[in-house]
Amino acid sequence: MLAKRIIPCLDVDNGRVVKGVKFVDIRDAGDPVEVARRYDREGADEITFLDITASSDNRETIVHVVEQVASEVFIPLTVGGGIRTVDDVRRMLNAGADKVGINTAAVFNPEFVREAAERFGSQCIVVAIDAKRVSSDGEPLRWEVFTHGGRKSAGLDAIEWAKKMADYGAGEILLTSMDRDGTKIGFDLELTRAISRAVPIPVIASGGVGNLDHLVAGVKEGEADAVLAASIFHFARYSVGEAKQYMAEQGIEVRS
Amino acid sequence: MAQTIAVIDYGMGNLRSVAKAVEHVAAVTDRVLVTDDPDQILSADRVVFPGQGAARDCMAAISDHHLNQAILDAAERKPFLGICMGLQVLMAFSEENGGTELLKLLPGTVRHFDRNIADNGQRLKIPHMGWNRVHHAADHPLWRDIQHDSRFYFVHSYFVAPQDHKIIAATTDYGITFTSAVAKENLFAVQFHPEKSARDGLTLLRNFAQWNP
Repeated sequence: MLAKRIIPCLDVDNGRVVKGVKFVDIRDAGDPVEVARRYDREGADEITFLDITASSDNRETIVHVVEQVASEVFIPLTVGGGIRTVDDVRRMLNAGADKVGINTAAVFNPEFVREAAERFGSQCIVVAIDAKRVSSDGEPLRWEVFTHGGRKSAGLDAIEWAKKMADYGAGEILLTSMDRDGTKIGFDLELTRAISRAVPIPVIASGGVGNLDHLVAGVKEGEADAVLAASIFHFARYSVGEAKQYMAEQGIEVRS
Repeated sequence: MAQTIAVIDYGMGNLRSVAKAVEHVAAVTDRVLVTDDPDQILSADRVVFPGQGAARDCMAAISDHHLNQAILDAAERKPFLGICMGLQVLMAFSEENGGTELLKLLPGTVRHFDRNIADNGQRLKIPHMGWNRVHHAADHPLWRDIQHDSRFYFVHSYFVAPQDHKIIAATTDYGITFTSAVAKENLFAVQFHPEKSARDGLTLLRNFAQWNP
């Protein structure tokens, strides 16, 4: 059977890994190539880079990062952040990325997703959805799509949006709960399950992982096809290998 | 012995990863050439034929680059490795895009996964994306040092159904059991992506670079 995937995510600013990756045995924890190599050795199923470079002048740096990583690490690589045009997609794929994550640009111009999927194939188009709970207690659960780091609602129902993006040719959904992101209290499992059941394409759960049980719950209760996490791996609190072993002990199929 | 390994470039998909992975495992004296030139393909010692995207677009791109005959000749004569769409287009006919005629090197069709496939009652997602087990259907030099049932990285919505079951080199389970590799004389072709399948994928590519059928 198909294995559930574990995907470490790295934030990259001006070509350097940020959010304090700390490994005692890595010489330069800010070097995306070294960190990627390490995750590959530990058995990561894919690696995602989120380019948070603010200045568009420095966007080229992520291209070089991808080129270097792709020459040495032979697992799927996804790049997100600042992907707005078909040219951006092409540049990342030519650099060696296997998939690109499209977030804000999809909200402002859904046709861009369709165009990119038609041009390059659905397999390389990941639509990233930042969702936040908008229902009050006691009401039926409801989530909306947010932009600007969770500050602005796009006025779109998250489930309907995910379905629309799948129809437009997205090959996968990267779903981040903005309520949980950075909290370390676990995924929003209701959100994850609702989206996963609503779309025919794979869903990657993201936002809130603080321990290995959260990863297990994301798959078992959230029905996610893959789980993405940053901080629990960066600080070597758990290795990807430990996470996989734990998931396997809980009866989840993983690549060993 | 220095040799040339041609990676066929017809504008479909991420050739950089394939070329990089082949370079990674090739001998220092080997030359890895990404090319759309039929003459270079025919004079190479080995040929890798990757591909991503829709069947109709792939066939159109092959035809626009005047590569039909070069691909067929190479696949008949020299060590030849098809990857993903580079496997599918070798068949006769695909269900994709309302029906697409393919290169017809291998009798059989390319079919879409049933939209309602399930495993233990849970609906399976399409595309089939991620790491799945590859059961070797037969011994083959390209499986050397790769364990039976190892996991490789897949991403596809269509699978090949060869008419001649003797060419099935591997199968994979995803709701159904489908053909994930075929082998016939000097030809080997896989549905998964060895260039993205970590150590076992690199082993397969290295085996291909050294294979003397």
